[in-house]
Amino acid sequence: MAPFAGYDMPITYPTGAIEEHLITRRSVGLFDIDHMGQLEISGAGADAFVARMVTAKVSDMVPPMARYSLLLDEKGGIIDDLFVYRLVHSWWIVVNASNRAKDFEWFKAHAPKDVAVVDRSDDTYMIAVQGPRAIELIDNVANLAVSGIQRFNWGNIIIDGVPVLFGRTGYTGEDGGELFFPAAEAQHVWELLLAKGQALGIETKPIGLAARDSLRFEAGMPLHGHEISIDINPIEAGFKWACDFEKEFIGKEALLAIIDKGVSRKLVGIEVFGGVPREGYEVVSSDGKVIGHCVAGMFCPTVKKYAANAFVLPDYAKAGTDVSVVIRGQPRKAVVVKRPLYLPAYRR
Amino acid sequence: MAIDKNARYLESHEYARPEGGNFVIGISDHAQAELGDVVFVELPAVGKTIAKGATFGTIESVKAASDLYMPVSGTVIEVNEAVKNDPALVNKDCFGAGWLIKVAPSNPAEFDTLLDASAYGKAIGEE
Repeated sequence: MAPFAGYDMPITYPTGAIEEHLITRRSVGLFDIDHMGQLEISGAGADAFVARMVTAKVSDMVPPMARYSLLLDEKGGIIDDLFVYRLVHSWWIVVNASNRAKDFEWFKAHAPKDVAVVDRSDDTYMIAVQGPRAIELIDNVANLAVSGIQRFNWGNIIIDGVPVLFGRTGYTGEDGGELFFPAAEAQHVWELLLAKGQALGIETKPIGLAARDSLRFEAGMPLHGHEISIDINPIEAGFKWACDFEKEFIGKEALLAIIDKGVSRKLVGIEVFGGVPREGYEVVSSDGKVIGHCVAGMFCPTVKKYAANAFVLPDYAKAGTDVSVVIRGQPRKAVVVKRPLYLPAYRR
Repeated sequence: MAIDKNARYLESHEYARPEGGNFVIGISDHAQAELGDVVFVELPAVGKTIAKGATFGTIESVKAASDLYMPVSGTVIEVNEAVKNDPALVNKDCFGAGWLIKVAPSNPAEFDTLLDASAYGKAIGEE
């Protein structure tokens, strides 16, 4: 177990990190992610407020849509990344555990009088059910077929008497969903999903933090504190697509200035030959110059590669560029590669 | 945890097991369990002579990278190519298919200075 944002989280279950990763890619992984926070924003001014606070376009969002977005400060630094759900009478914002308090304060500090921002995290449990057979599993426990819900949409379902907000979302690169429901029902729902998986012959296993990290990494999704942070802007991290420049949002002016000036570094994927790259390792050009640092790195079980994400000088950001990564004092052969290493199932 | 009674151990969890006049070297079951899934193993070239206590390679798991230390001084006579291609062999069978290198000892008496199975068991908190 490892302490993580005030929660004790298993790095792996007895299955082991690699096998947990592979189970999620071939069948169903169950993720106990109650540490994630949920904020609910409502009131007459909520639509305009959310639009101004987050980077993504939200003006076209109607129930039951959900969308990925970033939350920026005035300088364009990334406070957090979010999933924004357009509910019927409110907005449901899913935030990272370690940023929950900061995000809540940020929203509250900017909220006009006609907007209420409520932290629902303590009352809400969150489980992700991910993998090619995840929808089949939930279809068998829910009162209605979630297979009828489109990707990045949500629906209200009931699982064994428990009201669940089901988002066809997730952070693994697989199909599946994320379940939000009353915290008191956590064990009930968790055990039911495991038992039902077994009864139906759908391989279903709990997945720890290590595999959650390798799944998101392979699928090209950022983790706050690594590929994105308050000291990283969306342009250099490759998240211009998540910013709607047709509207006003906090940080927009700063981003326009960055675009105008050009970035000083870029996020790239790097495949390494002969060792496991890890956070903090130096990236060196073929002529021996330090050109950047890894922000995450690992063995990727599905694509069977050792890979890192790194910020490097823009001149070296092109796929195919030969570089090296210094692993425990030894420069190792490496090459800049296209991200993601694993194309999410729902994008194929 | 399994402990190979025919092997002797360093406190850093490498084992040496006599085989003919040579030694088979690997890491203990306790070590592989502590490391978690092994994803990369770097081993020395055949022919290299390495002193007892010196680093002979690196083992990396999902969690961390660790140096490997020689339990006995000697010359590397064989390297487990299978484990380089499939590092998970260390987790599956550390005393068998997951061995790391074979060494011709320069001072076979060093073996006697290592922890025997009972002493190693105590060192890792098992009887």
